[in-house]
Amino acid sequence: MALNRKYWQSVEELKDSSVVETLAKNEFVEEIPTDEFLGDKETLESSSTSRRDFLKYVGFTTAAATLAACEGPVKKSIPYVVKPDDTILGVADWYASTVADGFDFANVLVKTREGRPILIMPNKDAGGSTNARVQASVLSLYDNQLRLKEPRKGDSVISWDTAHLEIQSSLAQLKEANEPIVLLTGTLASPSTEQIISDFLAVYPNVKHVVYDAISESGTLDAFEEMYGSRALPNYHFEKAHAIVSFGADFIGDWQGGFDKGYAASRNPDSGHMSYHVQFEANMSLTGANADERVVTKPSDQVFALINLYNEITGSSLPSKATPVDAHVKEVAAILKKSASHGVVVSGSSDKEAQLIAFAINDALKSKVFDPANPSFIRKGNDADLAQVISDLKSGKVKGLLTYNVDPLYNVASGSELAKAINKLKLSVAFSVQNDATANNTQYSLPMSHFLESWGDVKTTDSNYGLIQPTIQKLFDTAQIQDVLLKWSGNDSTSYYDYLKGYWSSNVLVDQSWNQALHDGFYIRKVTNSVSAKSVDLFPIAKALEKSIKPSDVELTLFSSTALGDGKQANNPWLQEFPDPITRASWDNYLSISIADASKYGFTNPVKDNGAINGNYATVSVNGVSLENIPVMIQPGQAPGSVGLALGYGRKTSLKQEMQVGVNAYTLYANSKNVQYGVSIEKTSGPVHEFACTQVQKTIAGRHDILKETTLKDYINVDPKDHKNGWNIPAMVSYDHQEVEAKSIDLWDEFNREIGHHFNLSIDLTSCTGCGACVIACHAENNVPVVGKSEVRVGRDMHWLRIDRYYSSGVEEQYNKIYHKEPSSQSIREFAKDSLGLGDGAMYAALEKEAENPQVSFQPMMCQHCNHAPCETVCPVAATSHGRQGQNQMTYNRCVGTRYCANNCPYRVRRFNWFNYANNNEFDFNMNNDYGKMVLNPDVVVRSRGVMEKCSFCIQSTQAVILKAKKEGRKVKTGEFNDACACSAACSTGAMVFGDVNSKEDPIVPLTKDKRAYHVLDYLQTKPNVVYQVKVRNTNET
Amino acid sequence: MSHYEAPIREPLVLGHKTYHDITEDIARPIEGKANKNWYIAFYISLAAMLWGFGCIFYTVGTGIGVWGLSKNIGWAWDITNFVWWVGIGHAGTLISAVLLLFRQKWRMAINRSAEAMTIFAVFQAGLFPIIHMGRPWNGYWVLPIPNQFGSLWVNFNSPLLWDVFAISTYLSVSLVFWWTGLLPDFAMIRDRAVKPFQKKIYSLLSFGWSGRAKDWQRFEEVSLVLAGLATPLVLSVHTIVSMDFATSINPGWHSTIFPPYFVAGAIFSGFAMVQTLLGIMRKVTNLEAYITRLHIEYMNVVIILTGGIVAIAYATEFFIAWYTGSQYEDYTYLSVGAATGPYWWAFYSLLLFNIIIPQLLWIKKIRRSFVWSFLISIAINIGMWFERFDIIAIVLSKGHLPSSWWRFEPTFVDVGIFIGTIGFFFVLFLLYARTFPVIAQAEVKTILKSSGESYKKLRDNNHE
Repeated sequence: MALNRKYWQSVEELKDSSVVETLAKNEFVEEIPTDEFLGDKETLESSSTSRRDFLKYVGFTTAAATLAACEGPVKKSIPYVVKPDDTILGVADWYASTVADGFDFANVLVKTREGRPILIMPNKDAGGSTNARVQASVLSLYDNQLRLKEPRKGDSVISWDTAHLEIQSSLAQLKEANEPIVLLTGTLASPSTEQIISDFLAVYPNVKHVVYDAISESGTLDAFEEMYGSRALPNYHFEKAHAIVSFGADFIGDWQGGFDKGYAASRNPDSGHMSYHVQFEANMSLTGANADERVVTKPSDQVFALINLYNEITGSSLPSKATPVDAHVKEVAAILKKSASHGVVVSGSSDKEAQLIAFAINDALKSKVFDPANPSFIRKGNDADLAQVISDLKSGKVKGLLTYNVDPLYNVASGSELAKAINKLKLSVAFSVQNDATANNTQYSLPMSHFLESWGDVKTTDSNYGLIQPTIQKLFDTAQIQDVLLKWSGNDSTSYYDYLKGYWSSNVLVDQSWNQALHDGFYIRKVTNSVSAKSVDLFPIAKALEKSIKPSDVELTLFSSTALGDGKQANNPWLQEFPDPITRASWDNYLSISIADASKYGFTNPVKDNGAINGNYATVSVNGVSLENIPVMIQPGQAPGSVGLALGYGRKTSLKQEMQVGVNAYTLYANSKNVQYGVSIEKTSGPVHEFACTQVQKTIAGRHDILKETTLKDYINVDPKDHKNGWNIPAMVSYDHQEVEAKSIDLWDEFNREIGHHFNLSIDLTSCTGCGACVIACHAENNVPVVGKSEVRVGRDMHWLRIDRYYSSGVEEQYNKIYHKEPSSQSIREFAKDSLGLGDGAMYAALEKEAENPQVSFQPMMCQHCNHAPCETVCPVAATSHGRQGQNQMTYNRCVGTRYCANNCPYRVRRFNWFNYANNNEFDFNMNNDYGKMVLNPDVVVRSRGVMEKCSFCIQSTQAVILKAKKEGRKVKTGEFNDACACSAACSTGAMVFGDVNSKEDPIVPLTKDKRAYHVLDYLQTKPNVVYQVKVRNTNET
Repeated sequence: MSHYEAPIREPLVLGHKTYHDITEDIARPIEGKANKNWYIAFYISLAAMLWGFGCIFYTVGTGIGVWGLSKNIGWAWDITNFVWWVGIGHAGTLISAVLLLFRQKWRMAINRSAEAMTIFAVFQAGLFPIIHMGRPWNGYWVLPIPNQFGSLWVNFNSPLLWDVFAISTYLSVSLVFWWTGLLPDFAMIRDRAVKPFQKKIYSLLSFGWSGRAKDWQRFEEVSLVLAGLATPLVLSVHTIVSMDFATSINPGWHSTIFPPYFVAGAIFSGFAMVQTLLGIMRKVTNLEAYITRLHIEYMNVVIILTGGIVAIAYATEFFIAWYTGSQYEDYTYLSVGAATGPYWWAFYSLLLFNIIIPQLLWIKKIRRSFVWSFLISIAINIGMWFERFDIIAIVLSKGHLPSSWWRFEPTFVDVGIFIGTIGFFFVLFLLYARTFPVIAQAEVKTILKSSGESYKKLRDNNHE
């Protein structure tokens, strides 16, 4: 029944509407006397409003209107009315927590300021190490673009109560009808959550829990299960290795993660048994870049080479094929035999059979590096189960789908077909932190808390447990799946926190309190496991491999990039702008192709006049699936006949326009196999792709005193300063007709730096793997702005710390082959001129051109804090000056922006604010929205346009350390400074060490005097406070 | 009768000119109406200037990012243009001060315009150090003025600060010198002016010049003193500008040869610009009788000399870069690396325009040809721009660390601002040509009877 109410404003209106009507028609009761005013010419003329008065009125009204129109800026900072007891403004709180997003697992410390997490650092007590993605995950917390903010049903927002009510009744109906439901999750590795899920499954027996990993390790898990009885990943103790042989396994980069620390430990040239690392691989991976010997091997050859290696080592004769790298395999077999239990073989193959053979080799070697007894549980996905779920979904056999922490619509090869199937389901619910493609397609999408807002636990191995604790109040109306499932299982009264605490008390903690474990963020449970390998008949396995591997002209290797990993954080501007350690390209994925193949297909990477690189597009087809418009990057060291493509890019749903970069390689990830055979490539004619690389010149152009390298043989046998063969010859000058070390001469009296603190940073080029965790740590700590793809392209990235990557040139490769040593600047030029007969121009060109399979060197580069800083003398306004503690300081307020300092910096580490990067819609990244700004470090000013900036040695943190020690009335402890500087704190291999050279116990002191220590460009005598340690390569010669 | 001049010397004033003729000739452009060509040139220049100002406002309003610079190349067109304009500004002082001290009478026909050119060029030059700053509104911080920012003071070690002093001193001394010379000529215009407004303005400009003997005596004295003061400036300004580079540590910049080489280059480019301007002006304002082939030839001789110095400097730079054997010198702007690198075209442009083309001036016919001189002067202007571009862009594009090698491409704003300064320069020059006596008529009159064609003939005939 339609309502027919009548509203009245007065009694008159109710009784007699005519009065009101009359009044309404005649709004002005009295006529406005316009005629009287304007019609009477005389009055007007005699009126006393003079011109001056008129101007006064106009002036006043304009001013008043202007003032009224101006809105005062709204300050959104709200002071504490009642200050929380445990919060001291300006003092950071650190919480121990754990990252476990299904792809990255790490024990971390979270720095919070005034209740906001702003930085993530490795929890070194727990032996934690962080990579770039873990470092950057703090920004993903504040991603108000991609995060799911409230429960939704279709497009409409609903309340949690409604969601619970509706979904629970739906679940009940499906349970009643016994119709199958799938709970699809990523790897949880959380014992309490797994318990909650199994409780939930007990209540709803029609639900099946299926786990899959976006980047699958299913083959390895299956192999391990077959050989050692449990579904897990073997662990490796690379620190014990003397010989490491890897077949396409990127164990430093993204292969399960966390091995770089042990690897670097094995690479100590002073240990007497520096490991020898051989990498057989097709793509140039971070691991391959660090290898002593990198053997370019097509993916199919990698498998057969692995079998051949097995045959060589064990003397058996499994069926295999000859490969072009068999000579290397023979050598490697001899080395492994010699290293015996200190040797290890790892394989990156997703074939179960290949993994079995790798395990068998390790078993045959009795490798101490390979540890099957304490396997790791950070991957649990099962490809077969996933395939089953997909076919069931498509066939309509499954009636309900619950997803958690997965985005199958994006990261499953046939994902796009799933959308239809999901639409037909009776119930589909996505538990998701992000408003991703799947959450967009399900009936219900339930917003999950970010790990920094959550409780949780992680079990990575039988002995290693980690706890996750919230470090901030929930930003949005989110919940945790554990709480939801507890509720749905009928356990309404228990919160997950209580459950977790109870679970840990009864199942995990043995000799420790919950509070202590929570404080530490980790718990080591003493267990002694032992396993023995079941004997597996490898003959049929090798036979199967021989049959299943079909070598083809082009083979595609799919991998996860250092920046984006599996793509979970694709909307994170820090990671998008993070330059790939190898190609130094940001904001992209691309088809990497060998130099030989590039010329075959006609792909080029010309350098344009603005300094940027362009590329062509290609279409790649595998088994009838094609992916179009893939930009092509020519990659030295790529195996001819193979191409590479990074997963994790090409996400579109809910991503910011700027972040929708790259192509989705998951569409080619058929059967979750990281190698696809029978690939065809077609060059797309027409448009060119614009890359955004932070480095264009690929080689060091014969300037070997910038990045000094030597072989282990020379390191041991040759005097570093030997005039002819030395590998660390300091710059010499002539003084009084005598050759003396340049550093012994000075125009000025040296300033006395022995009083107070004096900071130095040491960077060991041998143990630096180039992983880039320091780059992001620096980004986060110092509020470094993100500038976007088009600006990076024209060379305006703002990174205070970058990692230069140099490939060796063909000339250097020839030199190495002949002399078995690393060249110096002098010797390489002489070699090019005398032995190769090159003239000047030809020599430059040859030294500038990278080799087909080059050696790779990484060099972290940041402000060198020169004691004789070239930048300091040239600033007209003295905006950059030298600090008492050795820092070269930049005073933003004083800078007028002449850029002279940047031009005069031989290290080119100064970064100019070309635009306003904060509060600017042209740069719509984290500094342009209120959520993103929460990650800013309040101790570091956000720079405005027109000023120069650069590394400060994290002076805000070193000062905090000094003040803290002063307040506590003690000396600064050893290592405190190291953990204050973002880059050295983030470095998991210990390549970066920061400290006070005036403190005798500080580990930096011996490092500055080490025989490997040198300063970059020491001939300039800028006297830097950053000291590098010569890179030592093990050429396995004595 | 002034001093005697040998008959073999060519006359400096052609035709049968009397004192009054000179007055008439010089005053004509000021008193008469401008022709169509003037208006066309003026409006084109004005449009260019406004476009340039628009680009400057855009830069200041948005950020230096609208230029083509990058993290590795912090200067390019901005400082190239700055040095180019400063260099052009060199001829004026040389002609008016140094040639005055050397009693070179031929300078009298050209010194006024050369000095005007100097001042206008320094205006353009001065723009760039200000607008190239990231925060030009704080530009006054480079001045050592007492302030309340704390104990903040400028950094006297910085060559940029020396620039501030050098350029401002140069501008003020040049301006005073120029104005002093203008006083009797302004007075002449004032005395002839019929319109009251014009008369008023020129009386103000002429500072009450009365033409008494005492005035003339003081005028001569002040000219000499100022010439003495200005002469060191000819050397100092570009020396200091060169130190922006020479005191740095970039290979290719860090070079002790820079000061003399830059000074020679500046005179070289300044004379070229004078040639360019006079080539046009003598035609447009009918001053062929005063700016003669002889003037052109004399200036060309200076160009050959300074061009030769520049060429030797180039050769030295090239040789030394090679001779050091240092790998860091491989890619300096004069090196094999530059010749074979991405900037080969800039490298060869430099050699072609600055070294090869000026060699034509050894030929007397060309040296005395107005058309050839004009064309060659244009080539030198281009060449000298390339010299500065090469020094800045090529050197910065290949720094010490190969990881920071980059390239520079100008944006429309870079180009716009450069064109804008050319427009601004010509706007000033064209206005000057219509309002100022473009030849120092008072001075020219002093040589009319010794070097004027008709008087020389008369005298020579009498002698025979």
